[in-house]
Amino acid sequence: MSSKSEQLPSVTYTSIVRPRNWSRFLSISPAILFLGFFFIYPVVLLLGLSFVDSSGTLTLEHYTRLYEKAVYAKVLLITLKIAGWTTIFSILAGYPIAYLLSTVKSSTRNSLVIWVLMPFWTSFLVRTFAWIVLLGRHGALNELLLALGIVDAPVRLIFNFTGVMIGMVHALMPLCILTMMSVMENIDRNLVSAASTLGARGGQAFWRVYFPLSAPGVAAGGMLVFITALGFFITPALLGGARDTMIVQVIIFQIHEVLNWGFAGAIAMLLLASVLVIFFFYDQLLGLSTLSGESTHEHKKGVIGRIGRRLGGGVINILGYLCEQGGILIDKLTPQRTDRARRQGSRTTLWITAMTVIAFLCIPALFVIPVSFTEDGFLGWPPKGFSLQWYEQVLNSPAWAAAASRSFVVAISSALLGMSIGVPAAFFLARRQFFGKAALFAFLVSPIIMPNIIIAVALFYLYAKLGLVGTNIGLILGHTILAIPYVVITVMAILKNYDHRLDQAAWTLGANKWQTLTRITLPLLSAGLIAAFMFAFVISFDELTIALFVTGGEVTTLPKQMWDDALMRVSPALAAVATLLLAFMSCIIFSTEYVRRRGLRK
Amino acid sequence: MTEYKLRTHNVRKTYGSVVALKAASIEMQEGEFLTLLGPSGSGKTTLLMAIAGLNNPDSGDIWIDGKLANFLPPFKRDLGMVFQNYALFPHMNIFDNIAFPLRMRKMPMALIRKEVARVLEIVELDHVAKRFPRELSGGQQQRIALARCFVYKPSIILMDEPLGALDKKLRETLQREIKQLHENLGITVLYVTHDQEEAMVMSDRICVMNDGSIDQIGTPNELYFQPSTMFSADFLGESNLFDAQVLEVGKDSVLMRGPAGMNVLGELKEPVKIGEQVKFMIRPETVDTDNDATRDNAVEGILKEVIVFGQITKYFIELSDGTEMVSTQLTCRGSSTIEIGQRIILNWAKTSTVILTNDAGS
Ligand SMILES: Nc1ncnc2c1ncn2[C@@H]1O[C@H](COP(=O)(O)OP(=O)(O)OP(=O)(O)O)[C@@H](O)[C@H]1O
Ligand SMILES: [Mg+2]
Repeated sequence: MSSKSEQLPSVTYTSIVRPRNWSRFLSISPAILFLGFFFIYPVVLLLGLSFVDSSGTLTLEHYTRLYEKAVYAKVLLITLKIAGWTTIFSILAGYPIAYLLSTVKSSTRNSLVIWVLMPFWTSFLVRTFAWIVLLGRHGALNELLLALGIVDAPVRLIFNFTGVMIGMVHALMPLCILTMMSVMENIDRNLVSAASTLGARGGQAFWRVYFPLSAPGVAAGGMLVFITALGFFITPALLGGARDTMIVQVIIFQIHEVLNWGFAGAIAMLLLASVLVIFFFYDQLLGLSTLSGESTHEHKKGVIGRIGRRLGGGVINILGYLCEQGGILIDKLTPQRTDRARRQGSRTTLWITAMTVIAFLCIPALFVIPVSFTEDGFLGWPPKGFSLQWYEQVLNSPAWAAAASRSFVVAISSALLGMSIGVPAAFFLARRQFFGKAALFAFLVSPIIMPNIIIAVALFYLYAKLGLVGTNIGLILGHTILAIPYVVITVMAILKNYDHRLDQAAWTLGANKWQTLTRITLPLLSAGLIAAFMFAFVISFDELTIALFVTGGEVTTLPKQMWDDALMRVSPALAAVATLLLAFMSCIIFSTEYVRRRGLRK
Repeated sequence: MTEYKLRTHNVRKTYGSVVALKAASIEMQEGEFLTLLGPSGSGKTTLLMAIAGLNNPDSGDIWIDGKLANFLPPFKRDLGMVFQNYALFPHMNIFDNIAFPLRMRKMPMALIRKEVARVLEIVELDHVAKRFPRELSGGQQQRIALARCFVYKPSIILMDEPLGALDKKLRETLQREIKQLHENLGITVLYVTHDQEEAMVMSDRICVMNDGSIDQIGTPNELYFQPSTMFSADFLGESNLFDAQVLEVGKDSVLMRGPAGMNVLGELKEPVKIGEQVKFMIRPETVDTDNDATRDNAVEGILKEVIVFGQITKYFIELSDGTEMVSTQLTCRGSSTIEIGQRIILNWAKTSTVILTNDAGS
């Protein structure tokens, strides 16, 4: 029944507008051309450099060097280790929150999500500096531990693996939580109820029914965290020790210090290869379609898929069994009274866990606000007195003003450009059936998967030839590359829920194709389009990696200015900027949310 | 005292400020088929969930097999539940779905295979064991949900609108199948529906629910012909419902003054006082249009409209003060002897007049 009513309109749709062949790809071609020239081409150029030596002849010398010097294998291992642990911690700590968020009332959920997203709104750099102050030898945390008598001497929490973990998990966990939540929200609550009426104890019902159903979310969330973590360099550089060097830091070193482009390209190739290998395994195990938060229960046929399923099934059986035995034991110790409710211990524990994690996510942001009002000359805890001097300093500084206005212009322009390229592409993908659709989609969203540093270095190389280094145009084009995938994904998601019959109704009522688009389709989709625009705006506004390379040290954006400032001197002025940014981002996010809700009510 | 299979006493459940269930008391004999019938939001699901142990009631008691079960966890209640949307586990195939309750009960694998095969045969779907739920049609999924429930032989089965999502034809087939399984296996069934016909066909007794409380419990017959509340009278089937004033109270009958000044005779069931304002209800099918003025009750009116609904024909008659009355007769050839605009005398037996005192069910 339902599948029929969904398919019918789209079939009629394609048969009504059968464009002539040449114009068929008109709406998608800007996206293909743009990404082809500004994304694929420079990346291929960069990787190509790794196969030639300084005189321009073909060589494998960079790769033999990569292979022979043990240090690079070691860096790769460290990178994988750091990304792996970040993923594990993000999942372990994020799962309870995602679970809680998907089971509470939607009003509670909305207010909790704001706190979970807190790390996204605090500038990346400021967060990192907040950690330095909080975790340092005489930092707030050590003072607290000493005061409570938990430790006798300050603990080393920073400039080592612990520091890197805290910084990276903090940065990436929200991504993991949101991905898991989007899957969990779609799990029918009745399934767990059904399992318990069928004889499963709480633990069994969870492990055998809920957990397997949420597993695609866990996998997708973990995957996104892992891939993003591979490309990190700011956090390990600032919070880690010498032994926590990640692969991107080595690439930057090769380009900035040694100017060895070929070797940098070879390392980038190594990074890219690891990403692709991971994607391959993920696809074999779960299928790439689960990345979009869709839970397919389709079983993969390949060998890896089968082995993975066996292993997963075994683990789930063991966990389910253990929980059951635990439940039986608790029953024996405190027999169930049928006339009195058992205290809901598990729910309380869940709330406590979730609140602890949320506190962890919010602390740096909350730390930044009071510190920005300090009278002291340095970023320290606790803040002394109250003054607005840092705000004055920032607001009166021409450097900050220039950076802010440039960021603003660049963000608006790249969001607009991203929309005008991405929206037609999304319409094309959502509404047409053609061979290679999945591949085209993968191509359009591939900038998300590509570590930003590779894009940044590749663009730098291309711009150097085109003379675009240090220009606003170059920056805008670079940020547009990142904006397109988000626009495509967001717009495709809203188009999925759009009823095509409304368009058909308009046609039967005499509207032509253009009138239908402008009077029916776009107004109805306006809330989603605004959300996509805001998304693209925020991405550009907070972007550092590309800005770091293509600005060529001449012009700056806000994040770049903060980075430069931070490298010179960590002053409370940074906290003031961060607080202003936090307020600004909150306004954007709240207004987006407001528009979205109003759109829903319509 | 007879031991009930299932008994609830004044069960109350609130969600924040919403009172979902006020004070529900029901009793079920072993092997009985009881249906909860009521409009949307009347608390049927809430009561079912409370009995299954899926929500904790605020107050009141639940006994299963004579044992207090208020806070017994669901997996210890020896009952089965069939959910409205089937709640089949999407990540398990049909075999694993049905085997799930048996695995939870630690049955040996050989026995599990045998039992699953047995119930699949009962629901006539033995060929789908390897498929996944989404690869089955709605009706097939429904049967699998039933099979998953029957396989571990719970002594009570709760069903929440199990046929709600199916088309009429399939619904009728499955109604018969459920009824048959109920009779063959001797299970106690608590069933929820808001389809009156379904309730009438399947149930030993029906419990009409309204706004979080129980309105009336009785056999389908009792409920239909002897509703004790205005709500039940109105909710079930069609009815002619009028205000009246009690004129005389005899030994076993009551005389009332109804609309259009008609005198209405009814049987005395509950004590009423002379002069009291009451309502009375007559089922359209007990009203005859054959102009027989000698029956207990007879009233004259003008035929306004005749509509043939296949097997039955409805006559709409306007009384002298404009009140409308409906009479339903079996359709038969040549029944159009009376014509629109003609005067006819409607008549019915005094046993067909159901008196509803105002305090009941309000
Ligand atoms: N989880 C809940 N939170 C808040 N209110 C609820 C919840 N579940 C039910 N209610 C409310 O309790 C009342 C009774 O709901 P219930 O689901 O029992 O109705 P129902 O008779 O099963 O209706 P339907 O025939 O539509 O399934 C309704 O007003 C409903 O809005
Ligand atoms: Mg219900």
